[in-house]
Amino acid sequence: MRDGVVVKGVQFRNHRVVGDILELAERYCAEGADELVFYDITASPDDRSVDRSWVSRVAAVLDIPFCVAGGIRSVEAAEDVLNKGADKISINSPALAEPELISDLARRFGSQCVVIGIDSREEGGGYFVYQYTGDPDKTLAAQRATLDWVREVQERGAGEIVLNCMNQDGVRKGYDNEQLAAVRAICKVPLIASGGAGTMDHFLQVFERANVDGALAASVFHSAEIPIPDLKAYLADHRVHIRN
Amino acid sequence: MGGIAIIDSGGANIASLLFAFQRLGTTATLTVDADEIRSADCVLLPGVGAARDAMTRLSDAGLVDVIKSLEQPVLGICLGMQLLCEGSEEEDVECLGIVPGVAARLPSAPDFPVPNMGWCATRQVADHAILADIADASFFYFLHSYALPVSEFTLATAEHANPFSAIIGRKNFVAAQFHPERSSAAGARLLRNFIEMPS
Repeated sequence: MRDGVVVKGVQFRNHRVVGDILELAERYCAEGADELVFYDITASPDDRSVDRSWVSRVAAVLDIPFCVAGGIRSVEAAEDVLNKGADKISINSPALAEPELISDLARRFGSQCVVIGIDSREEGGGYFVYQYTGDPDKTLAAQRATLDWVREVQERGAGEIVLNCMNQDGVRKGYDNEQLAAVRAICKVPLIASGGAGTMDHFLQVFERANVDGALAASVFHSAEIPIPDLKAYLADHRVHIRN
Repeated sequence: MGGIAIIDSGGANIASLLFAFQRLGTTATLTVDADEIRSADCVLLPGVGAARDAMTRLSDAGLVDVIKSLEQPVLGICLGMQLLCEGSEEEDVECLGIVPGVAARLPSAPDFPVPNMGWCATRQVADHAILADIADASFFYFLHSYALPVSEFTLATAEHANPFSAIIGRKNFVAAQFHPERSSAAGARLLRNFIEMPS
């Protein structure tokens, strides 16, 4: 999201508007989405906190869980978002800037509220973390190896990890199953795959090959290219355990 | 005064419960007032976070004996379920002890991440008004690291590495480990069943 509307880019660039927050939220809920994540993508690079006026409006209409991400830099900001009705908060750049924030949030709200988003890129055979990815001009390498960071956030009390594989984002060539499997091997909390879904088979592959707990996608749902009911029927037919 | 009272146990997730009753076309009141709680038609005890903080808050508000003596339907949700039981392995803290049982940490095992976060199918093991018109094997949304073992008070089970109590009941007290307010149509049905339960 940016400036109150839903946007989607390709490899974290060239974002365009895809719709109204409430309309999309209600549509996905009615179609059987299991959970929604709202990213305020420019909150961190612009050095401001997430605009939260919409959180209560979303909480009032949704009867499935949702998570809010973007510029949550303090326990107070997290509390405000949770009090407005969000079920979880996700932090990414602020956790890199101040890892102690993860421990503080877990102590205050319990690990089950605290999701860590990790933007990771494959480079020369290794995986590395990036921050401020909402704005191409401000994106920078976080000087951390992805696997080290995955271990650290768990030790600090993260309750869930969303791994955004930047090489794959928005290009619809499939999830980065190799990278996700490497993270899965050391990840004892729920792991959500993000970045690259283009076909229903991509979702099946990531569950079968990387053993993730969930698969997140945006483009293919925003464009209605993959209807959620069809996807869930397809996964259930292939013996993925999923709410029908 | 009647109505639906939600006990403010200090958790940060109470707005979603208030909204869930709005969607059912009714209104619930968030309160720590003993008289308001005693005179409500039904009472909810939600909660997230640590049992000790929540018990301290209930105790400071003078609500421990009030809750124990309630005779109208009472529904504990998530941590509220633990609070209605005897305690948890997490901390040495005495809970309300209304339903026998001590919450244990979910074992971390390959293929079974902890916290357990997500939709789990439930199996109904007893007949109860709270389960009216809810199909067996319905999915509900769970978000927890501790769970009550299966006991004679279990109404429905769910599976992590081992089976655990998804819903328990004893007399006028029932409790759900999952979040009915975020469990789509099945969760909405459960909340409706609860507010329609006879006193």
